[in-house]
Amino acid sequence: MTVAGPLAHAGHGAAGPTWFPLFPVALLAVGYVLAAVRDPRGWDHRRTASWLVGCALLAVAVGPLAQLPDNPSGHMAQHLLLGMLAPLGLVLAAPVTLLLRVAPPPVRRAVGRLLRARPLHLLAHPFTAALLTTGGLALVLLTPLYAAAERQPVLHHAVHLHYLAAGYLFAWSLAGPDPAPRRPGLAVRIGALLVASAGHAALAKYLYAQAETLPPGLTDRDPEAFRSAAQLMYYGGDLAELLLAAALFATWYHSRRPRPTPSPLIKRFASPEGDSLTQTP
Amino acid sequence: MVDSSLPRPRSADVRSSTLVGVLIGIAIMAAVDEIVFHQLLAWHHFYDRSTPSVALLSDGLLHAAELIILVGGFFWFADLRRRRALSNRLAWGGFLLGAGGFQVFDGVVDHKVLRLHQIRYGVHLLPYDVLWIASGAVLLLVGAAVVWWARSRRPGDGPR
Repeated sequence: MTVAGPLAHAGHGAAGPTWFPLFPVALLAVGYVLAAVRDPRGWDHRRTASWLVGCALLAVAVGPLAQLPDNPSGHMAQHLLLGMLAPLGLVLAAPVTLLLRVAPPPVRRAVGRLLRARPLHLLAHPFTAALLTTGGLALVLLTPLYAAAERQPVLHHAVHLHYLAAGYLFAWSLAGPDPAPRRPGLAVRIGALLVASAGHAALAKYLYAQAETLPPGLTDRDPEAFRSAAQLMYYGGDLAELLLAAALFATWYHSRRPRPTPSPLIKRFASPEGDSLTQTP
Repeated sequence: MVDSSLPRPRSADVRSSTLVGVLIGIAIMAAVDEIVFHQLLAWHHFYDRSTPSVALLSDGLLHAAELIILVGGFFWFADLRRRRALSNRLAWGGFLLGAGGFQVFDGVVDHKVLRLHQIRYGVHLLPYDVLWIASGAVLLLVGAAVVWWARSRRPGDGPR
C-alpha cells in the first residue's frame, strides 16, 4: 500500500492522473484470495466477499474518481469511500485472523506480539481512532492543507493513505471478528461512534455555511461546488455511521447469543452445592 | 433450584420492553421528521443562516445519536425477542411515548429554544408550532396510558 504515493507521483505531471494506485489495491485483493484458498480449515466465503467489496470501493476511489477533473464533490466522494466505507468492508473480512491461520509460525508470533503491544492499544482505542479520522478530516478542511494537497501529488496521496489507515483503525476499534485485545466495552465504543459522527456532521454543516472562505488558501474557488460537496459529506457520513453502528451492534448481538446449555443432570453434578449430590433423582 | 437455572426467562422484562419501545419511537420519529419535512416537503432548511455554531454542534450530536439509537434499538429488540423477554404491549406503549416525547422536544427545544430551524419559512408560525407540539403531546399521553394499562394487567399474564 505504501508504494501508492511514490509510484503515482512518478506518473503524475503532464500525463495527468494515473492508474498506478490501482496496483496495490489489486495486490491486496489477490493476496487475500490466495490466502483464503490456502486456509486448511476452510475460510468463510462471506468474509472473502466483504474483502472484495472493500477492495472494489478502494479501486473506485483511486481509479475512476481520480480521473475526474478537479472538483470538491469528487474529492469528498473519495474521502467517503477511502476513509469510511471501504475500511468497514476490509475490517469485516478479518484479514488478521486469516493471516494468523495461514502464515508460518514466526510471522504468527510477531503478529501476536504486535497485538499485545501497549502503544497499539492506545492507538486503537476508539476515541484515539475517532480523533484520527474526524480530526484528520477537520485538519484537511479547515487549514491550508487542502490547498497544499491540491498542488502536491505526494501530499495528496499521503492524505488519502491517512484517510484509509485511520478509517480502518476506527472500524477495527469498534467492531468486527478480528482479535482486538483490550477492546473497550459497548458504552465506550458507542460514545466514540457518537462523537466521531457528530463531529463529521457538524463539520459538514460548517463547511456548507462557510463555503466562501473554507477550505482556506485556494486561488480559484467555487462556493456552490463546496456547498454540494458539504451536503454529500453530510449524507455520506450518515450512511457510514449507519453501517458502522450496524456492525457494532451485530458484534454485540452475536456475542450474546444463547449457548447450548448443559443438561440438568450434568448441571446437578457440576453444581458446587453439596446437597445436590446426595439427592437421588 | 431448578427455576433459578432456567436458561431463558419466560416472563417479560418490563423495564427493557418499555425502554426499547421508547428508543425505537424516538428514532422513528426523528427519521420521519428528517425524511418528510427535510427531504420531501423541503419545509425545513438543511442549514439555517442564523444558527450559531454551538447549536450546530448540538444538532450534530442529536442527529448522530438518533441513527445510533435506531440501529441499537432494533438489535436490542431482536435480543429481547430471542430471549423471550419482550412484552409487545409495553413495547408499543413505549414506542408512542418515545415518538410523542421526541415531537414535543423537537418542537420546544430545537425550534423554539435553540432555534436550529423553524417548521416552515415565510408563513405565520404560531398555528404550525401549536399543531406540532399538541400532536406530540397527544402521542405522549396515549403512550403513557398504554404503558400504564399494560403494567396494571401484568399479573393476569394474558397473551403478549
